Order: sequence, then C-alpha cells, then structure tokens
Amino acid sequence: MEAVLALAIGVLTGSGVWLLLRPRTFQLVLGSSLLSYAVNLFIFSIGGLAVDKEAILVDGIPADLNHYTDPLPQALVLTAIVIGFAMTALLLVIILASRGMTGTDHVDGIEP
Amino acid sequence: MTWLVESTMPHLIVAPVLLAMVSAAVMLLMGEGRRTLKVVIGLTSALLGLSISCVLLAWTHQHGVVAYLPGNWPPPFEIELALDGLSALMLVLTWTLGTAAVLFASARWHRAGVHFHPLMQLQLMGLSGAFLTADVFNLFVFFEILLAASYGLLLHGSGKARVQASVRYVAVNLTGSSLFLVGAAIIYGVTGTLNMAELSARLSGSSVANRHLIDAGAAILAVAFLLKAGAWPLNFWLSPAYASATPPAAAMFAILTKVGVYALIRLSTLMLAVGPVAGFGADVLLGFGIVTALLAALGTLGSQSASVQASWVVVVSAGTLLSALGLRDEKVLGSSLFYLVPSTIGCSLLFLLLDIIQRWRAGTTVVDEAPYLNAALESQDINLDEEGEPLFTMPFPASTAALALAFLACTLLLAGLPPLPTFIGKAAMLSAAMGSLVAHSNGDGRVWLFSAALLASGLLVLVSLMRTGIRIFWAEAERDRPRIRASEGVPLLALLGLTGALVVAAGPALSLANAAARSLFERRPYIEAVLGARPRPSPSPMGGQR
Repeated sequence: MEAVLALAIGVLTGSGVWLLLRPRTFQLVLGSSLLSYAVNLFIFSIGGLAVDKEAILVDGIPADLNHYTDPLPQALVLTAIVIGFAMTALLLVIILASRGMTGTDHVDGIEP
Repeated sequence: MTWLVESTMPHLIVAPVLLAMVSAAVMLLMGEGRRTLKVVIGLTSALLGLSISCVLLAWTHQHGVVAYLPGNWPPPFEIELALDGLSALMLVLTWTLGTAAVLFASARWHRAGVHFHPLMQLQLMGLSGAFLTADVFNLFVFFEILLAASYGLLLHGSGKARVQASVRYVAVNLTGSSLFLVGAAIIYGVTGTLNMAELSARLSGSSVANRHLIDAGAAILAVAFLLKAGAWPLNFWLSPAYASATPPAAAMFAILTKVGVYALIRLSTLMLAVGPVAGFGADVLLGFGIVTALLAALGTLGSQSASVQASWVVVVSAGTLLSALGLRDEKVLGSSLFYLVPSTIGCSLLFLLLDIIQRWRAGTTVVDEAPYLNAALESQDINLDEEGEPLFTMPFPASTAALALAFLACTLLLAGLPPLPTFIGKAAMLSAAMGSLVAHSNGDGRVWLFSAALLASGLLVLVSLMRTGIRIFWAEAERDRPRIRASEGVPLLALLGLTGALVVAAGPALSLANAAARSLFERRPYIEAVLGARPRPSPSPMGGQR
C-alpha cells in the first residue's frame, strides 16, 4: 500500500510540475491543482498508513498510536485542502481577467 | 496606563490579530462606498494597533518572552502565540507601515477599486499573526491569510499590468505554499510535533533519528521561506508585481519579504541551533543572501522605471538580511534587526514618494493604468478632486525642493549613508562581523565576502538612485509645482521623522535589537515560556476536570 501511495504522489507531483511549466494559463491551473492533491496526499500519509483504525478515541482501546491512526495529519490536511481550494479559485478568476484583458491565454499575455 | 497593561497583559498579545480582523469584518459589512467612514475606521484600527505593538515591545523588553494560549489548552496540545523581542519589533514595523499606507491611500488610491481598506486590515492581521504564532502550521495559515490579502491588494486598481503580474505572483506563491506544506509535513512526520518550542527541544536531543529526513524537511521549508523573502533565483516574480501594485499596497508589500526573513530567523535560531542539526544551511543562506543582494543591486542599476528600481531595492534589503543571518552570529543578527527597520521604512517611503513624483511628471492627467480611478466614476460625497482642491493640496512654495529633498533622504537611507539609521545599522553589522573575525582569529573568508557584498550593494543602489534623482529633478522642462495633499504629506513626513528619530535614539534602539537577538540565540527563554504556559482554570464548577 505504501508503494502504491508513494507512486500516486510521485505521479501527481510530476504531472503537476510539468503542467506548471507549460505556457498556457489553463495548464497552470491544472498543474497547481495536481500539485496540491499530491501535497494533500503526502500530508495525509505522513502520520503513517494504518488500515481499519480510527482517529478518535474509543472506550476500551488503549489510547496510543499503535491502536489508532494519527489524527493530526488529518486535521492538517483538512485545512490545507480548504486553503488550496480557495487559492485555486482565486487563480481561476485572475486568469479569466487576464484572458479578458489580453485576449490570449498565454501566461505572458502575448502570443509568442 | 500601566495598570491597564498589567490587567490585560496575556490577552493583549492576541489583540493586534483580533483588532485587524474585527475592523476588516465591520468594513466588509458596510459594503461598497462610505469611504470616509472606512478611512476613519482603518486609521483608528491602525493607530490602535501601532500603540498596542509599542506597548507589547516595551513589555517584552521588560519581562521577557510571554506565551498566550488562545484555546486555554495545556501546551503540547495548544496552538500557541508567543511574544518575544523579535516578534514585537516586527509588529511595531508592520503597524507603522500600515498606518502610513492607510493614510496615504485615503488621498486617492482607495478609490481605484473595491474593498481597499478591508484588504489592508486583513493584510495587517495576517502579518501580525505570522509574527506572533509559535506553531509551524499556524504560521502557514497566517501566511495564507497575508498572501490572500496581498493578492487582493495587488489586483487593486485593476489594469492589464497588475492582472498580468498577479498571474505570476499567485502561481509562484501557490507553489511556495505547497513547498511549505511538504516541509512542515516531513518535520511533523519525524518529530511528531509542530510547536516551534517543542521542535527546538526535540531537535536539540543528542541523537536524532532520521537525521536526513529532518535535513530535507528543513531545506524544503527554507526554500519556501526564501521564495517569500525574494532570494535569488526565486525572485523574478517580485519586481513586476511590486512595481505594478498601487503605491500604498506596494508600501505595505515592502514588509512581505521580511516575513520570509523572519521565518528563516525562527527556523535557524530555534530549530537548527544546537544538537546534530546545528548550523545546517548557514553557508547556503549566506551565499544566497550575498548573490541576492548583489544581483538585485545590479537590477536597480539596470532598470529604467523608478518603480521597478524601488522593487529591486526591496530585494537588496532582504538579501542583506539573509546574508547577515547566514553568519549565525548573535551581534551581527542584532545589528541586522536594527537595520531591518529603517531599510523597510525606506523602501515603503520610496514607493510612496514615487507616486507623487510620477503624478507630478505626468502633469494633471494621470497616466497610470487604473481604469476605475477617474473623476467620472468617483462618488459625489467625496470632496477630494483629481484637479486638486485648494483645501486638500498644500500649495507651499518650495514643494519641488521638498520633494527633491525627500527623495535625497530616501536615497541616502536605502544606500546606507550617514547620517541616516541604515548607515548605523550597516556599520554595526560590519563591526560585529569584524569582531567575530577577531574573536575566532581564523581568517574567515565568509566575513570578508559578507562585508564586501554589503558595501558593494550599497554603492550600486546609491549610483542607480542618484541617476534616477538626476533624471527626475535636474533634467526637467517647464513644469508646475507638485501638488501634495495633506493626507499624502503627513505619512511621508512621519516616516521620514521616524528614521530621524532612529538616528537620535540609535543607542537604545540598537540595544533593543541586540537584546532581541540575544534572546533568540539563548533559546531557553522562548522554550520555557511556550512549553511552561499554564491554562487558566475554568470559572465553572466543573473547572479543572478534563
């Protein structure tokens, strides 16, 4: 499972970086979205992968990380998702404005 | 006054954040228009925040580091705020610039688009929070708040240049935020904590497992901070963005690069100070700082537009601070903290001055590209007229000379020449660096490189700003006297006066900065204050039972 997750994060990061370096604004948005997915998965996995374990204390089960999954990365990733989502929305608005003002979807505002 | 501070004290720490947040919310509820009222609210909030910051600075100088538990949980679980000399210093600087920017914008620029004043308050909120927080992830959240506000402020006024610069600015900073998250996640994964004081305590343990992961995490985090600080080669987004921003917004942006520097100071002195990770990356920081300062100084020399020049000067200042941090010397850091204050004020001052100068050179018609800033779209209840009502312009005879003198003072300030405080800061940095050379008595090339870069970048900035000054003030055709409104003149004079005050009070100010640096290098006061903070007992009868 670790290998699958690592591969997924790697593929997402690679595609994200490649798209970020492309000259069109839509590719920029997709790239930053993919990159933020990769980062979110990375944060999620940093507490260690645990199958079928809860993040919230249950009566009768000793309160240590052998019996639970680490809840903090889940809280962190929630915050990161929300912020990343808002920033991507803002980027979309700016890109639309740029498209309207320059008449092109090139990041430099002029066709090369 | 004293009893008021005493009685409110642990709670006063969170006041700058709350003050800005509440005033931004109130102004947002008021909707569009009613700009006079918004100026009053914004200015009141800024002045109040400035006085609170000054009180906090005095308090922390007297009592040392104080931590605050906003959620009243015991320390390892609480997301804490902590106030020490460095954060108090940065708070005072932030709110000083905020006050000047709000007042300056009230002359004209806040009419160039919607929601200038709420955005400015949110910017101040994000900055205050970033300087106060003692938690790495909370630092990320405040970074995002100040960045979101800065996106809005950069777009304020609209126009093609600003929107184009925003695309890059937002894209680069989104990527930087991703790096920040990756770095913070790695550090959490290895150490199991994000509280800066606890991180510091854990990393200083004699044997740290996964040493390489910590190095990687710290390096990725540092790259994110270097990006915000405008370090070469991650700073090509900066000058188009700052040069195209509206002048009051650009004046506020002058401190944004210092947030990156601040975060790097925290990272170096708290987390990478002792134990196996001690001194990690110091030489890299020094090298990148020197290259940044020199290349940015060349940037000022090579740019034709004065606003672009001003934005490169911001980078010179950040590069100088980074290289001073890279020396990892307590005295050098103390002097660089003193240098930080007037040099940031100088950058803001330059952006504000250039606005008046550009308007004067353009004559009565304003050529800057701000589609919503023209007389036809202005609401009727505002009696500030674009042509300059006699009531609001200051028709004093020597206004050209005053403007030229202000520009000259600004040039001297940014180049670091006597008698201005940046000179004292640079001299103190040089003397501290040379002192460390004598103390260690091994011909250390790093100190010489640092000193040479400091002097060379100052010279380049001096040459390029002098050239601009000659072009603006000496090679002129017939032109009217510049019209300066009272609300523009007052913040300019106040900022200039503040640098003058820093010369007069250079001794106490320098010792304040040195005390802040000493407490950073001691680490123990910060760690003890943050980890030793105790929650207050609950007033309810169930209090204390958890």
